[in-house]
Amino acid sequence: MTRQQRISQVFVELADTLVAQFDVIDFLHTLADRCVELLQADAAGLMLADQRGHLRVVASSAESARVVEVFELQHEEGPCLDAFTTGQQVVNLHDDQMRDRWPAFSAAAMQMGFRSTHALPMRLRDNLIGALNLFARESTPLTADDVALGQAMADVATIGLLQERAGRETAVLVEQLQAALNSRIVLEQAKGVLAERSQISPEEAFVTLRTYARSHGLKLTVVAMMVLDNSLRPSELEAR
Amino acid sequence: MTIGGASRVTEILAALQRGAPGAPDTDLPDRLVTMCVAAVPVTGAGIIVMANSGPGAMLASTDGPAAVMEELQFSFGEGPCVDASTSGRPVLQPRLQRTGPARWPAFADGALDCGVRAIFAFPLQVGGIRVGVLDLYRDVEGDLDPRELAESLAFADAATSVLLRLQARTGLRDTDPGLVDMVDRRAEVHQATGMVSVQTVLGLAEALVLLRAHAFAAERPLLDIARAVIMRTLRFHPVSDDHG
Repeated sequence: MTRQQRISQVFVELADTLVAQFDVIDFLHTLADRCVELLQADAAGLMLADQRGHLRVVASSAESARVVEVFELQHEEGPCLDAFTTGQQVVNLHDDQMRDRWPAFSAAAMQMGFRSTHALPMRLRDNLIGALNLFARESTPLTADDVALGQAMADVATIGLLQERAGRETAVLVEQLQAALNSRIVLEQAKGVLAERSQISPEEAFVTLRTYARSHGLKLTVVAMMVLDNSLRPSELEAR
Repeated sequence: MTIGGASRVTEILAALQRGAPGAPDTDLPDRLVTMCVAAVPVTGAGIIVMANSGPGAMLASTDGPAAVMEELQFSFGEGPCVDASTSGRPVLQPRLQRTGPARWPAFADGALDCGVRAIFAFPLQVGGIRVGVLDLYRDVEGDLDPRELAESLAFADAATSVLLRLQARTGLRDTDPGLVDMVDRRAEVHQATGMVSVQTVLGLAEALVLLRAHAFAAERPLLDIARAVIMRTLRFHPVSDDHG
């Protein structure tokens, strides 16, 4: 399959998810994974602003705590914050530029082996809701086509967040964003509960939850809630 | 957009504590709704607590119509408050006359009769921890603008923190961090909450409060404690009953 065919296939997959059993957190995770694949990145994260204007990670391709931390740092400084506050794409900066612009963030990113980082704003008309963040271990620049593709992915993520309702007013946005942010916390709590019950890591717990959700045609958030209210036991989750 | 500095939630909680020094904690919900109505352009506000079956009793309200509205939702089992608590998302109804009757026929009738024209219901929650709903309403139609929404959400988080504190008070004794913002956003804190709730055979709310109290007593940041729990270098155990 050519890269072009794969790109088309990914967009069909994302469109299908928008229409079918839609779970916003699962959708954003899938989108982050596909960004890594299509844009030769090593990690991708989707950051949304809560109503206080702080950027929060809603989904990332890597669930490893240390990588997520580098995303989370950006509520103070970093390419995502810049993309979100200015609405501009922040791409193809060299090591030196990164260090000058965001000293603390660059140090953390370099420590994880990330030599380049890019951030694309998530916006719908006048609403800037967050940013898509990419990290790569190599410092190969993104081509103009890559940037356009990345922006398209960010735009799909934005649409995905707003797709349940026809309206685009602030009120709808608030309802959607608050629900998504809270769903993320539900997922984190469920990861902890399952990690303890099954004596596995939170990352492994995430994979178990997601696998179960998909093979049973359930929303990820629903499965997470079932773990929390004890209607789903670890033995059932791990059964094939 | 507010970035950096003391968060608005922390400011509200500090103001609540300063406002009536020496007053019992049970006064906090009433003081919160009073403060909320002064800060956001709404006519009244109420806090409902969660029961197992859904929204339950009203804990605090600013005036008569709030009490009537909560009564309506409780009796009919429908309304913005009910939807907000079961769905875990805010329910923003700036034009109740237009959208209410179709969605909640019995409730909308009673609410419109009281003169209510807009309702904004915010679930009080931290993930799976659901403690209640903050209900704001006004006697004229109209949206809350982005700044007012941000302010309302700050009051909702403050109310969540107040309710969690009220629930936990009896267990805290001398490891009491005071009235703090409980609505954390860091993944590790929530993972640790889940783990501790299993270790201690407590609910998530109690586990969260326990983590905070432990961090306070140990004089370590909450994130450090959370990480230690995840790395399994710190373990909690079922809490005994003899705090006598």
